[in-house]
Amino acid sequence: MADASRIHPLAGRKVANPAVTLTPAEPAARLSLRARPDAVAALSKALGVKLPEMPKRSATSKSGGRAALWLGPDEWLVIDTAGGDPLADCAKVKALHSAVDISHRNTAILVEGKGAEATLSAGCPQDLSLTVFPVGACSRTILGKIEVVIWRTGETAFRVECWRSFSAYAFDFLEEAARDAPIAA
Amino acid sequence: MTAAFRTTAAGRLKGAKPVKISFDGASYAALEGDTLASALLANGVHLMGRSFKYHRPRGVLSAGAEEPNALVGIHRDAARKTPNVRATVQEVYDGLTAVSQNRWPSLAFDVGAVNDIASPMFSAGFYYKTFMWPKAAWKSVYEPTIRASAGLGVAPDKPDPDHYASRYAHCDVLVLGGGAAGLSAALAAAETGARVIIADEQPAVGGALRFETGSTIDSAAGWDWAQATAVKLAAMDNVRVLTRTTAFGYYAQNMVGLVERVSDHLADPGHDLPRERLWQVRAKRVIIATGAIERHMVFDGNDKPGVMLASAGRTYLNHFGVLVGKNVGVFTASDSAYAAAIDLKQAGASIAAIVDLRDNPAGPLIDQARALGIEILSGRTLVRASGNLRVASMTVRATSGGPERTIPVDALLMSAGWTPSVHLFSQSRGKVAFDSATRRFLPGDYAQDCVSVGACSGTDTLADTVKDAVAAGEKAAKAAGLAKTVGTKVKAETSESWAGGMVGAAPGAGPDTTGKAFVDFQNDVTAKDIRLAVREGMRSIEHVKRFTTNGMATDQGKTSNIHGLAIAAEALGKEMPEVGLTTFRAPYTPVTFGSLVNHSKGRLFDPTRRTPFHAQEEKLGAVFEDVGQWKRAWYYPRAGEDMHAAVNRECATVRKAAGIFDASTLGKIEVVGPDAAKFMELMYTNPWEKLESGRCRYGIMLREDGFIYDDGVVGRLAADRFHVTTTTGGAARVMNHMEDYLQTEFPHLDVWLTSISEQWAVIAVQGPKSRDIIAPLVEGIDMSDGAMPHMSVREGKICGVPTRLFRMSFTGERGFEINVPADYAAAVWDAVWAQGQKHGACAYGTEAMHVLRAEKGYIIVGQDTDGTVTPQDAGLDWAVGKKKTDFVGIRGLKRPDLVAKGRKQLVGLRTKDPKVVLEEGAQIVADPKQPIPMKMLGHVTSSYWSENCGRSIALGVVTGGFERMGQTLYVPMPDKVIEVEVVGQVFFDEKGERLHG
Amino acid sequence: MLLIHCPYCDEDRPELEFRNAGEAHIARPENIAEISDEEFAQFFFIRTNPKGLIYERWRHIHGCARFFNAVRDSVSDKFLMTYKAGEKRPTVKAGEKA
Ligand SMILES: [Zn+2]
Repeated sequence: MADASRIHPLAGRKVANPAVTLTPAEPAARLSLRARPDAVAALSKALGVKLPEMPKRSATSKSGGRAALWLGPDEWLVIDTAGGDPLADCAKVKALHSAVDISHRNTAILVEGKGAEATLSAGCPQDLSLTVFPVGACSRTILGKIEVVIWRTGETAFRVECWRSFSAYAFDFLEEAARDAPIAA
Repeated sequence: MTAAFRTTAAGRLKGAKPVKISFDGASYAALEGDTLASALLANGVHLMGRSFKYHRPRGVLSAGAEEPNALVGIHRDAARKTPNVRATVQEVYDGLTAVSQNRWPSLAFDVGAVNDIASPMFSAGFYYKTFMWPKAAWKSVYEPTIRASAGLGVAPDKPDPDHYASRYAHCDVLVLGGGAAGLSAALAAAETGARVIIADEQPAVGGALRFETGSTIDSAAGWDWAQATAVKLAAMDNVRVLTRTTAFGYYAQNMVGLVERVSDHLADPGHDLPRERLWQVRAKRVIIATGAIERHMVFDGNDKPGVMLASAGRTYLNHFGVLVGKNVGVFTASDSAYAAAIDLKQAGASIAAIVDLRDNPAGPLIDQARALGIEILSGRTLVRASGNLRVASMTVRATSGGPERTIPVDALLMSAGWTPSVHLFSQSRGKVAFDSATRRFLPGDYAQDCVSVGACSGTDTLADTVKDAVAAGEKAAKAAGLAKTVGTKVKAETSESWAGGMVGAAPGAGPDTTGKAFVDFQNDVTAKDIRLAVREGMRSIEHVKRFTTNGMATDQGKTSNIHGLAIAAEALGKEMPEVGLTTFRAPYTPVTFGSLVNHSKGRLFDPTRRTPFHAQEEKLGAVFEDVGQWKRAWYYPRAGEDMHAAVNRECATVRKAAGIFDASTLGKIEVVGPDAAKFMELMYTNPWEKLESGRCRYGIMLREDGFIYDDGVVGRLAADRFHVTTTTGGAARVMNHMEDYLQTEFPHLDVWLTSISEQWAVIAVQGPKSRDIIAPLVEGIDMSDGAMPHMSVREGKICGVPTRLFRMSFTGERGFEINVPADYAAAVWDAVWAQGQKHGACAYGTEAMHVLRAEKGYIIVGQDTDGTVTPQDAGLDWAVGKKKTDFVGIRGLKRPDLVAKGRKQLVGLRTKDPKVVLEEGAQIVADPKQPIPMKMLGHVTSSYWSENCGRSIALGVVTGGFERMGQTLYVPMPDKVIEVEVVGQVFFDEKGERLHG
Repeated sequence: MLLIHCPYCDEDRPELEFRNAGEAHIARPENIAEISDEEFAQFFFIRTNPKGLIYERWRHIHGCARFFNAVRDSVSDKFLMTYKAGEKRPTVKAGEKA
């Protein structure tokens, strides 16, 4: 067979300044998971992550290698960065649900540093301050002219997920925005 | 070297770094901290521009953002030429280069000034009347002449090399204005812990404290208190202090647009500093503390260079240390001009006289002026200011008339009182209310969660202003959810007085007079013009404004609106509010396009989407075309080939051997759940329940009105799982359309939709050799015709990675579409490409794809359909399930107009001359000799040269087309008429045998 | 830019995340294939477009992706309330904050 290693659409790109770094995230397994409340317990058990049922919340597995992000009242984005197969885990669940592999649909950019919030605020109209968007908060929203999912993984760390073909725009936008982060906090 | 009019007696620039600036080629000494205006005045330069219409010489009127006259061009380099910069706002830096505008050949001698002599021609409404006839002259004579001789400065002709930053910000309390009121309010709000943003347009906070000398706050001089308070605020974690920042627009739900000028004041901004930063602030509460703007007096010659607002003269002295004249006259109707006279006198200027309209002005300031020996001419008016390029004298008489007295002056300060700045309040949709006692408009009914404090809400004393502001700050914080108040205290006292004032023309510039008493300096509107507008029948201020252009210049009438309204009201014999007040609109001051666009230019103007095969296609020499945001491989020219040759070769190769095509941009939706088939039945015209797993079907989606909305091949992966494809352009809207029905009309269905457009990259391999090319790479799928017939889908592996392999065709050849996870796409493409080479395959682009599908009569939604085409019209009736009892569009299809005879129907068009290729969009008629306008039967929707058919081919929609088979119709073109025969849609392999070949 | 309260996210969110989807409470007839031309025209083409209170559909398309309904004043642009799809049309008077 051919070389079947995954090629990141942002491979080789990197931005670092005194306030913020932008890094393409490692490839991950991703799932768009859809279910009604009565299936949440079974799916949580199978995935090893308690699916959050409150808006803007995320939950992480004990090992930290898998997370579930609330995107809508019946929708979660499951991200596995530990080499697991969440699709296979959900396949065992009999309760009504829809699990669709979107590992390659999305790609992610890590935005980190004391200027991370300012960098995202160049293009995201949501209030990303710690009081309103605390660590663990996540939301589908807008960055410049595209749709993204923003997930705060630390006080000064965010993971920005977007569709593959928009990732160049997302990175370019953040690169421009990052120039301003060391200048105005 | 010290500039001649710089004084050591006053000002805050002592010890500032000297810098050099140039204006119209002459070099001047300036100090860091100067504005261009203060620097030029320090050098005795008052003439800074020419007016818009009459080209009259103009100096500065003000010392701030309201400036209508002193507009200049700032030239940094070839690409950085900013026109219409207010000299009163532009800060100097070493090497600043400014040029005057709206004059030719020079500022002092301007040919256009003949307009001033000929001014009876240029009265109000002149544009409307003069340029009416003859019509043709507008384009050839009037417009070019007007454009050459008028206009404000010259727009730069090179791309803007600067970058502009953008920031969304959120706060509890946003304070607009950093004077005594704004700072007090911000402090009170901040001390509760609220998130506070305070913005001020000046380089430093202070507002009116910049020129006032008589105010003391918390036992410090007003200005010093302001600076200390700003430092204190900036040190708080919950506060952002933005200077050089203008709140230009107040939008819905307390969204306020701010522009921060980051580097226009720097000699060398460096690479990383943005020129400006746009702040889009969402505030829970807004405190408007925008102060007041002084009004000029309306009298003949009030626009001469050297005639300016009293507060401006005071600012130049008390802040910049510049005497605007050495023998200064004053014309006023309010107390505050006295303070200016006193300050200038104490700094060494002589005051020629204070002319006061009021009969008996009284108060401490008047007493102090008198004590200093200043002559006060009360009950008098100023009928004329004279002088050529600079004011030289003022002519005074009693307000009631009588003999005139002319007094020499070299500068003239004026004050008609203060106009509260209700612009942002009005922009917030608040309604202003007229206070008849003080004849001014004040904030009335509020429409948003904001409050006005200080001079902008009519509070005249400093003590009340800071008291109200502190209360407003605490209240706003509380309303925003902050529970505790710390009891902020600010104590202020002042000897300043803003009492008095008048609106309208001064006595001496009444209806019977002939002089030019300017109301709006920038648009050259005089009191006379406004009276003329009333005589011409204008009744509302909205009409007067448009007739005279009063208040319609870039300064938006900051100094002129109220005077204009008062003069119109007087002429109409009405009260001011009965005539109206124009609504204030954003932007408050001009805003650069750069800041509004900010990041969205160049590569960020619009997202550019590339497929996972893009690099592979580039390597093969693809030429790309834009399809929406996508870059799609259009054709792959080889050495010596033009587009035509490349497309011909690609089309022929596909039918002879095989072609490899990037179909990744098609939309894909995974429909999952036990009710998936039920949902599909509702969304598409076709039947789905009985489609077996592993099989595909071409589906048509309608809108409820019965017209084709989208189409695509759908594969059933399992009983409860469909892989739906959409058109490239339809991907997002089809998803929205399906979600809409699922969520709001059919929520009882157990099914979910997930976009998988970008999960799967798609390589189409089409042609007789397609199976031979793919088969060796595939594992776990039997690709024999028996096991995998046309229109089937299988899941397995290709090159060791998962695939959804479709057997389908958009070319009419045996064909496959290989779906692979996108991150693996490049590797799979390379393997397929290598295989293809063994079988004589080529890569083909979207152009060949279009030709190949047209040869087969396959439609493209959006090209062969236009939103008014039904499946019947397109010859796709077979795809509508006749036994179905419901699907979106089922009722629409039965509408009388949709079943009536004579609809436009999609047919093939065969030119009589096989070499002639029709133009897409060309109209089709039955009789080319009929008179124009001809009756049109339809138009050409698709047209190509077909190498495989050895002739041109075309599709078109034609009225009653299906009944016209064999008829000759005509396509009239500018140079000829093309004869066409109406034929069936399929031009190649009519029986469809090649699908299985 | 408006702030819109999404009843699913239970939060005020920026307008950029939303898309208007026309008048609310127009149900697709269950027997749509059988209705008359007049009934179809009423259902598909005719909208009230009032000055004042309007009931309209919005989608939090770049958020939770849910469709929901809103009562808004077409004069002031102000939202009076938002509620989930499928919930009963509330009675709101102009100028009243629901
Ligand atoms: Zn929502």
